Amino acid sequence: MDTLLEMRSITKRFDSVLALDNVSITVKKGEIHAIVGENGAGKSTLMKILSGVYPYGDYEGEIIYKGETCRFKDIRESEKQGIVIIHQELALIPYLSISENIFIGNEQAKRGLIDWNVTHQKTKALLKQVGLDENPNTLVSNIGVGKQQLVEIAKALSKRVDVLVLDEPTAALNDIESENLLNLLLELKKEGITCILISHKLQELLKVSDQITIIRDGKTVETFPNENVDENRIIRGMVGRDILDRFPARDVVPGEVLFEVKDWTVYHPDIADKKVIDHINLYARKGEVVGIAGLMGAGRTEFAMSLFGGAYGAKISGQILKDGKPLVLKSISQAIDNGIAYVTEDRKQFGLLLDETICRNTSLANLKAVTQGLAVDEIKEKRVAEDYRGKMDLRARDVMQHAKNLSGGNQQKVVLSKWLFADPDVLILDEPTRGVDVGAKYEIYQIINELARQGKCVIVISSELPEVIGLSDRIYIMNEGRIVGELPQAEATQEAIMERIMEH
Amino acid sequence: MLSYIRENLRQYGLIVALIVIALVFQFLTGGTIFRPANITSLILQNGHILILAVGMTLVIVTGRIDLSVGSVAAFAGALAGVLIVQQGWPVWLAIIVTLLVGVLIGAWHGFWIAYVGVPFFVVTLAGMLIFRGAAILLLDGLFVGPFPQSFQMMAAGFIPDMFGGSGFDIMAVVVCAALALIVIILEAKKRAVSKKYDVEAEPILFVVVKLVFIIGAIGLFAYWFGASNGIPNILVVLGVLIVVYSYMANRTILGRHIYATGSNPNTARLSGIKVKRIVFMVYVNMGLLAALAGLVVTARLNSAMPRTGEGFELDAIAAAFIGGASPYGGVGRVSGAIIGAMVVGIINNGMNILGVPVEWRQVTTGMVLLAAVIFDVFSKSRAAKRKPALKAE
Repeated sequence: MDTLLEMRSITKRFDSVLALDNVSITVKKGEIHAIVGENGAGKSTLMKILSGVYPYGDYEGEIIYKGETCRFKDIRESEKQGIVIIHQELALIPYLSISENIFIGNEQAKRGLIDWNVTHQKTKALLKQVGLDENPNTLVSNIGVGKQQLVEIAKALSKRVDVLVLDEPTAALNDIESENLLNLLLELKKEGITCILISHKLQELLKVSDQITIIRDGKTVETFPNENVDENRIIRGMVGRDILDRFPARDVVPGEVLFEVKDWTVYHPDIADKKVIDHINLYARKGEVVGIAGLMGAGRTEFAMSLFGGAYGAKISGQILKDGKPLVLKSISQAIDNGIAYVTEDRKQFGLLLDETICRNTSLANLKAVTQGLAVDEIKEKRVAEDYRGKMDLRARDVMQHAKNLSGGNQQKVVLSKWLFADPDVLILDEPTRGVDVGAKYEIYQIINELARQGKCVIVISSELPEVIGLSDRIYIMNEGRIVGELPQAEATQEAIMERIMEH
Repeated sequence: MLSYIRENLRQYGLIVALIVIALVFQFLTGGTIFRPANITSLILQNGHILILAVGMTLVIVTGRIDLSVGSVAAFAGALAGVLIVQQGWPVWLAIIVTLLVGVLIGAWHGFWIAYVGVPFFVVTLAGMLIFRGAAILLLDGLFVGPFPQSFQMMAAGFIPDMFGGSGFDIMAVVVCAALALIVIILEAKKRAVSKKYDVEAEPILFVVVKLVFIIGAIGLFAYWFGASNGIPNILVVLGVLIVVYSYMANRTILGRHIYATGSNPNTARLSGIKVKRIVFMVYVNMGLLAALAGLVVTARLNSAMPRTGEGFELDAIAAAFIGGASPYGGVGRVSGAIIGAMVVGIINNGMNILGVPVEWRQVTTGMVLLAAVIFDVFSKSRAAKRKPALKAE
């Protein structure tokens, strides 16, 4: 195969910080080239250079594409050359239809008027190509994230595309959607489209990629073909050392029952008689890590949020017991006061004040503890934040740094700091390692273990089955708003869990 | 030192802009604007903008706006006129009742916006129409006045000179000296605490420069007030307001909750903050301050008028944005609102002296507003370009 794209000795600085240090990568025509690395390693920066987000002159080194040196000034220029990026955060407009989104900026017009027939027809063809069975007039806001991702790809295909760059395409997808997406990539490969895939999900890239490049600390570590390679091999390259056990051991024997939920039923807040949660019973012991497994849309987040002072849902019925005593939680602040914490799955939208400092994020849920008289004691607050920065091994200059400037793993640590400072007895962690790299994942697992050791109940919701299994003492399996099974860790396998989901 | 200035660029840029604007008018008016008598009238004539700008900044911090404040001020003035002049109520009682009515009006807006979820623009636009109409109805379309002197004193009076200076008000000098001392003591205390807990303090050179500026400004005011009629009463009201609101916004839990609500309401809610109540309270507070502004203006003009307060909302919003509040919520300081109000006040006053028609005053305020926000947008995008190193990936 011929070389299609070569990025040679790319160096990129932000002020004095070296983000990319002499990175080189060679992509052959028609291959799927995976790029892996921890958060902050420089993968996205590299792709931004390729697409012209950081224009020529902003970096050192050169880009040779189809045998010519390229000097892209902006995204438009790179797209003209057939390099299309699909970003981590989807760039679709929610209240426009699928076809409007696909042809936005590229409207099928005649003499200034949009030809809706042609638009419609072309959209249909594209949707067929990506295997999406939806009406082109459907609003994007009405389809799930997985389908939106396919619309993004259809949008890319509507232009002339030679190189498709996907940045974490499956981060928000469930297993089935991810599977479909990966198969689509293999289809596109047959049609001669070259693909650069950035992903944290190692299994996935092992499945589809031809070459794998590992970036660590802004440097290319190695590139090797995907032959006889396993996950541990990649992890070793990413972290620079062996992680022998992906889940740190925990030597806590769970004590008595601390938290119990009985007959919990919740209705949809907007659709009057839609039952979202259906008579759930569940308990957790002191020092126990309880997993809730299930597909996306099983109602796990809704369940957790409804427990958290009714943060979700309407007509909530059922009982919450803590230490055997019933709790009535009418508001979120009441839930917090009663020692319950919910760590959201969507840290940017629901977990952080991105424009605020680490310090202010840390104290947010428990300002009372740093207040003397009327005034917030800013010095005490700062010391608390510094303390958690140390405990969490948070990689930041200082606690006055803004949350938006942190990598995913470090942001998650800030959210965890906030909730640990609120000093709960029961922690519900919703997808605690989403978008977090391998190293930081391990650290978060360690934090969870430490919480169990302190005798807290930790309830972990996760879509990654290996994670639920590796982490939990006991696993509840949820589907369509109900608990459809319960397994102790010893009996929990991916097959056993999937079986229970499928039975119902 | 440099990085410190860079981080606080917006704040100091604003002060520099204020000084530049003041000097331009000093030049254009041939020195009239800085005559002691004019400084006094500048404060008397623009105090209400500051009152409104403080409340508006808090509203804007939550990501919203209140268009009704001018009409609410008119309504409050009208009510005071009816109660005091026509019904003969005691002044203190009328003031309290009027402020309470302001609170109720704020609660009316806040209820629809926070608890029912009607868009703030619609609710406060409706309020703008409703209370303008109500003010006219209350006054029957006429001017109501004059007010007893005790009411006028609030906005037009001066603190008596207890030291009996002849030709020069010694009281003003004493108060300003005390103020300067307090500033120095507070700054010293802050440094001592920082040192004790080993927290990074402001660079010393920086603090000295800052203190020289502040004390210089206080000295200037001591001269201005001393050489005219002394310290205006309204300044005491404003001073109390500034101290209370700065403290509330910067130091209390309530203040933190307001900023968190504006910064990201979802996160705030899931952190146990009662977001709806915060929004409600911010509007209640705006109602209170609008009523206060209405009282102040009515007392100064010595007459309740149907058209009082027209355009106040725009002055207040402009002052808040010039003062650095972000239209996207989460950002904005009381100190910024003060300087923003001063900028608007100086433009109003300076153009007045120059005899420039009111249309041109609006053009100028509009340009300054736009310039201030453009400056924000640029400094933000520059900061974004400078900083993404740690964000990359």
